Amino acid sequence: MAARAMESFDDARAATADSRARVLARLRAVRPPLAIVADEEGLRPFETDAFIAHRETPMLAVLPEDEAQARDVVNACRELGVPVVTRGAGTGISGGAIPRSDGVLLVMTRMKAILAIDAHARLAWVEPGVRNVRVSEAAAPAGLFYAPDPSSQSVCSIGGNVAENSGGVHCLKYGLTTHNLLAVRALDADGDAIDAGGLALDAPGFDLLALLTGSEGNLGVITRIAVRLVPLPESTQTLLAAFPSVRQAAQAVGEIIGAGIVPAALEMMDRVVIEACERFMKLGFPLGAEALLLAEVDGCTAEALDASDAVRAILERCGATEVRVAADAAERERLWRSRKGAFTALATILPDFYTIDGTIPRRCLPDILDRVYALAAEYGLMVGNVFHAGDGNIHPCIFYDANKPGDLERGEELGGRILEACVEVGGTITGEHGVGIEKLRQMCVQFSSAEIEAFHAVKAAFDPAGILNPGKAVPTLRRCTEWRGMRVEAGRIPRADIPRF
Amino acid sequence: MADPFVSALCERIKASAEARRTLRVRGGGTKDFYGNAPRGDDVLEMGAHSGIVAYEPKELVLTVRAGTPLEEVERALAAERQMLPFDPPHFAGSPSAATIGGVVASGLSGPRRPYAGAVRDFVLGTRIVNGRGEALAFGGRVIKNVAGYDVSRLMAGALGTLGVITEVSFKVLPRPASEVTLAFAVAQAAAIEKANHWAGKPLPLSAAAWEAGVLRVRLSGAPPAIAAARAKMGGEEDPGGGAYWEALRDQRLAFFSGGAPLWRLSVAQTTPPLLPEHAQLVDWGGGLRWLRGELDAAALRRAAQEAGGHATLFSAPDKRAGAFQPLAPAILKIHRRLKAAFDPAGILNPGRMYDF
Repeated sequence: MAARAMESFDDARAATADSRARVLARLRAVRPPLAIVADEEGLRPFETDAFIAHRETPMLAVLPEDEAQARDVVNACRELGVPVVTRGAGTGISGGAIPRSDGVLLVMTRMKAILAIDAHARLAWVEPGVRNVRVSEAAAPAGLFYAPDPSSQSVCSIGGNVAENSGGVHCLKYGLTTHNLLAVRALDADGDAIDAGGLALDAPGFDLLALLTGSEGNLGVITRIAVRLVPLPESTQTLLAAFPSVRQAAQAVGEIIGAGIVPAALEMMDRVVIEACERFMKLGFPLGAEALLLAEVDGCTAEALDASDAVRAILERCGATEVRVAADAAERERLWRSRKGAFTALATILPDFYTIDGTIPRRCLPDILDRVYALAAEYGLMVGNVFHAGDGNIHPCIFYDANKPGDLERGEELGGRILEACVEVGGTITGEHGVGIEKLRQMCVQFSSAEIEAFHAVKAAFDPAGILNPGKAVPTLRRCTEWRGMRVEAGRIPRADIPRF
Repeated sequence: MADPFVSALCERIKASAEARRTLRVRGGGTKDFYGNAPRGDDVLEMGAHSGIVAYEPKELVLTVRAGTPLEEVERALAAERQMLPFDPPHFAGSPSAATIGGVVASGLSGPRRPYAGAVRDFVLGTRIVNGRGEALAFGGRVIKNVAGYDVSRLMAGALGTLGVITEVSFKVLPRPASEVTLAFAVAQAAAIEKANHWAGKPLPLSAAAWEAGVLRVRLSGAPPAIAAARAKMGGEEDPGGGAYWEALRDQRLAFFSGGAPLWRLSVAQTTPPLLPEHAQLVDWGGGLRWLRGELDAAALRRAAQEAGGHATLFSAPDKRAGAFQPLAPAILKIHRRLKAAFDPAGILNPGRMYDF
């Protein structure tokens, strides 16, 4: 038995080596020559994305300079039956760009030109490797910006943002990536360029732009993007409020929105995060606050000031013990520092943490946070919460010690339980980070087999051979059946906390 | 758990697929004129599947059954001073029979679209029954959701060819506190130029249309924001403003009357006047050009394509030219595969969009 297993392992290795040689020969023939990384040392930086709990060495990494080279790679891989994993800046935290040992890693970072900024038409044409923040920097002289601003915006790429349908802290008012795109050009697995969307405000036929956005590298290799630029607001007002309970802060969120105000941002932090920030940055928050709410309103000056007054009144009415209003840009920056620096501050608690990304109906916020704390206690792990309260998008950070055996697995299991709790109250397992490999199991909780099958059918429309990022984003039906069976079992047997995967 | 209407619908579609009987899906019938002629061996009436399932004003989320009249939904929203921000057309007068299912399936948005977003931008989730008779749910009732491919948005504008929509969840928004319409006497080229110029400034625009030498611009928001914008933009206040936008949205303006073919050219907003020899109405701040008359389909489609867009033969007694712009071969290939995946027997609204 053991000998047979070993034999088939050797066969697999030999097959991989053989396939690697063929792929390498084929890609070396690409003209003009394609940048190929084939040595172990050079491949190391590509072993993982920002979902660092898992790593894998790709067969090869290639860095195309343009669409023609990217197409050569897709065609070669299809013809040789080799998987292609597309990678942008590698900042994804659900493992969508983790390579496969039997596949080519298609790294888009060299395609990083801002091709055009048309201020009059309020749009920018960019290559996929352009960093998010560069678009807004380039548009700023025209009084415009690119609204989606994931916290990794200084390093993450627009191509990756499209692939993940990234959010950010200003989604409530400005929308997700999907709301801020005009056109995406992508190569399907046949190597055909699919021009989805367009410069008009709609396109004929099915909304392929919607399908490509958030498809996690499964439907196409994005080679060019037209993003929508919006006017920079004339005035921005930022408020920070401390609350004696999470429940009161959550109530304030509902009240603000119920009053007809759509804030540009509405972010919450709980006590664990507040204390970490306080230790790390000394921002002088009132001691004993259980929750901080950061609210931002923007618009023309008079409008932003009016909205700021209204928000302040609501915060106070809902029991805020202290409300700070930024008097100027410098103070605004300081208030944001707690939110933007939160993850860095959290790393001072324990170096390893794992960020969850569930979304729930906003009214369930206090209850879901209670549930998160209860589950964390059950698993004996610490959890801090810093999240987009206005969107109902929670980001519990689960702390673990990578050196403690079993800690990571327990953290992952706790994360899974939290996501399932989100689904139970009518929410979703991922608001903006994507499924990747991280949440494949929870996909089976959120979707029926027929729905999972529909996703596979959508993929097959773009990728009949199944070479584009296979195994990510959508689980196989077989895996779902296994997983569902084990959940039922886990519910029945007393030691359900034993890691099973 | 299972809704009896949906269960019966699943059985009916399954039986139709087995018998290869095509189905024409119908809500209120107000957009029967749109797309290629509706056809089907049987009509699938959705009007009985009606009612608001959930509406939480503080969540900004509304869930409704597909057969619910649009007017009922808008009344419920108005009572909470909220709205469907994409401004869906009602057509066919008041009371309009338009249903939410039809609103989403047609994917049509009104004058507010360039500044607020389109139907698809506000769809959070859809429940459908596909051509195999399977009830499926995509998206959800939360504002952010990236689990699975965005099939719920795919249903917006698919004209019921991929699945029968049974329920939709929308993101809704507060109604603006106030609105003012300004009028400017300018030629078409200048109107397009101005609308685009203003759209690049932090001004509370919510509509911009031009016809017969008059550019009308609507501002929406808090009174101080509107006052500040007026000071920058000038123009005269148009007291009939509110009614104008509704009439434009529902095509009750004089421009739309009569039986001459109506063409809708959706183009890049900055496109200079197209085919100036023909009378036209410009909406969406330059993004839509409406033209009337027996026009050369090929020429219009070429002009629209060169302007970054496409031309639709919106309403006409004779649609032999095809309602919609032909698709590029690679795009058409994907369409056929998607259609085969969702509706393998090809029974749902055949030919309504293209030849499948």
